[in-house]
Amino acid sequence: MENTYTLSIFTEDKIGLLNRVTIIFTRRHINIESITASESEVKGIYRYTIVVTVSQEQVEKLVGQIEKQVEVLKAFYHINNDILSREMALYKVSADALKENELFTRIVNENHAKILSISPEFIVIEKTGDEREIKHLFNDLEKFGMLEFVRSGRVAITKPMKTLNTFLKEVENNSKTTVKHFNK
Amino acid sequence: MKKHNKYQTEVTGAEAVILSLLDAQVTDVFGYPGGAIMPVYDALYDYMDQLNHYLVRHEQGATHAAQGYSRVSGKPGVVFATSGPGATNLITGIADAQIDSTPLVCITGQVHSHLLGTDAFQETDVVGISMPVTKWNIQVTKAEDIAPAIAKAFYIATSGRPGPVLVDITKDAQFGKTKYVYEKCESIRSYFPCPKVNEEEVSKAAELINNAQRPYILCGHGVLLSGAEKQLLDLAEKANIPVASTLLGLGAFPPTHELYVGYLGMHGNYGPNLLTNECDVLIAIGMRFDDRVTGNVSKYAKQAKVVHFEIDPSEVNKIIHADVAVLGDAKEALELLLPKVKAQKHAQWLQKFTECAKVEFEKVVKNAVNPATEKLRMAEVIHQFHQLSEGNAIVVTDVGQHQMITSRYYKFNHPNHNVTSGGLGTMGFGLPAAVGAKVAQPNKEVVAVLGDGGFQMTIQELGTIMQSDIPVKILVLNNNFLGMVRQWQQLFFDRRYSFTEMKNPNFVAIANCYNIKGKKVTERKDLKEALKEMYESKEAYLLEVVVENEENVFPMITTGASVSEIILE
Repeated sequence: MENTYTLSIFTEDKIGLLNRVTIIFTRRHINIESITASESEVKGIYRYTIVVTVSQEQVEKLVGQIEKQVEVLKAFYHINNDILSREMALYKVSADALKENELFTRIVNENHAKILSISPEFIVIEKTGDEREIKHLFNDLEKFGMLEFVRSGRVAITKPMKTLNTFLKEVENNSKTTVKHFNK
Repeated sequence: MKKHNKYQTEVTGAEAVILSLLDAQVTDVFGYPGGAIMPVYDALYDYMDQLNHYLVRHEQGATHAAQGYSRVSGKPGVVFATSGPGATNLITGIADAQIDSTPLVCITGQVHSHLLGTDAFQETDVVGISMPVTKWNIQVTKAEDIAPAIAKAFYIATSGRPGPVLVDITKDAQFGKTKYVYEKCESIRSYFPCPKVNEEEVSKAAELINNAQRPYILCGHGVLLSGAEKQLLDLAEKANIPVASTLLGLGAFPPTHELYVGYLGMHGNYGPNLLTNECDVLIAIGMRFDDRVTGNVSKYAKQAKVVHFEIDPSEVNKIIHADVAVLGDAKEALELLLPKVKAQKHAQWLQKFTECAKVEFEKVVKNAVNPATEKLRMAEVIHQFHQLSEGNAIVVTDVGQHQMITSRYYKFNHPNHNVTSGGLGTMGFGLPAAVGAKVAQPNKEVVAVLGDGGFQMTIQELGTIMQSDIPVKILVLNNNFLGMVRQWQQLFFDRRYSFTEMKNPNFVAIANCYNIKGKKVTERKDLKEALKEMYESKEAYLLEVVVENEENVFPMITTGASVSEIILE
């Protein structure tokens, strides 16, 4: 059975590593639904957040292949319940929306969105939320004439409490002879 | 002799390449010069007395030679090539090394860093191209980064599950000046090459083995890579367990031992395949359940508990579910296992293998090694060659029918004497790999067993043999067909022999043109003497044996069939 999984991958800072990681997906004909990469709370360590819809078996194998890469520190996979995740979207609608100002303002407020910019031709609205909420606002705003729409990849924080720093201390102790309990 | 003075202020990046190799204990390099790697070759000129360079005739040959070198010596193979086509020609060999876990360090020249991305002459994105087939790769654009990159490359290539790495060095980095400091790399924060063996898992494995009625060991390349041959033998003897080998594991267990039951896979032995589906505990050591070994996975060893000894965590549960997985080095794991395993006897179970061997002997082996056909057959050639060399030669095979026949009928008495392209099945592997093997083991007899098809894929390496005076023996089994494909066309494509027949040149004459002695044999009566002449020759020698055109390799597990559906004829 397929499920949506969010992968959190911690890596060293190396040119081309993201390519090495994405090859693992493309080789297996798995589509990456969203991807973001940025530096983590630890300087020099990057965090990729990748969303895929695959089976449990597939995600386990993906994570195994990703962790095998020399410059990947650790990869985790999570189901939606294990994480807090957000995406950001920007909506550009025609300035005509202001003709129905009351309705327009209500939609923006009810969706917890905010107006980023207003110009004579268009208005840009910013919204942070999950995929469903972002889609919901899209549907609401569409009636004003959607000129442009862009959505970011997912960023996610995991609920279990283990800081990257404690993990790093572990791997530094272990990189010579690592204990890795695959079965557990 | 040039000696690098440690207090010398600066060297060029190119000289740093050579010095790094020397510091990494490299003695031999296979390569081919070209524009973007010229500074390295220029630096090499001063170190020719310390670093032997073998000039191949095509960069693919350099990678296979480096593989052959590594497989018989346990040392990493080193390759030089230039940018662009030089670099792309390496890809087949690198892919082969990746799938067969062979440590290679490939060093490629690259265009000037200011030209990167401009479609400059002989510019190709080799780091991008080689990414899916290397364990690790890097592009270096500064002279001072060369030594650390090479140190890291050797550590990654040779540690844990070995594999190929590539270091791409721009021409300006080779020309640049740097202070040379080589620090051996011994750990990388994000890299965990060898999991520490978990004793709890070892105990669970021992429990399964101790309670087994019909335990069965499958040994693979990992046993050889870890040097666990003795531990494997001790385990098999103590618990009286039959041992079968994968293609790349041949030689890890003595072939004459009463517990050795044979070779696994599509054209392997009858009992070892059939009885996979009758054992109750399957003990896989340093092998990855390749599809050529498992046949139909959904009908593979379903009745058995599986114990998997494996260094690469991503191989566990990849193909076959492991009831117990012991991660780590095979030798270390087996040493921990041994005292926990009880001495046992499994006479009845072993008897089953003996019975299967009898059936296979009657239906296949007897006729194969002593055929009633007019023309010579491949198995009798290999069988006679085995008897002549007493199983002591390093035998390098190419890919196809001759490879399967050699794996079946040559009994490797020693570990690391079987060199073949397993996972990738690279035709053209054999001849250059034999060159590398002979360079690494000059005091051993190295025989390349080739088909007429594969030989011609890298036939130009006869030039390497000539130039560097490498006394490799070449045994070509010529059936004037791409035999394995023809066999499949016969069995599964209604005998429609689409482009498998070969019109071949005069191989002996070609060898002669390269100053290599040669002989062609067509008659059975001449075979023994000709094999002897080839084997005992002090120089390189080519023996062409013309064999039956349409011989098939049996037994066989056809595509989609289970190991227990192996057919004998």
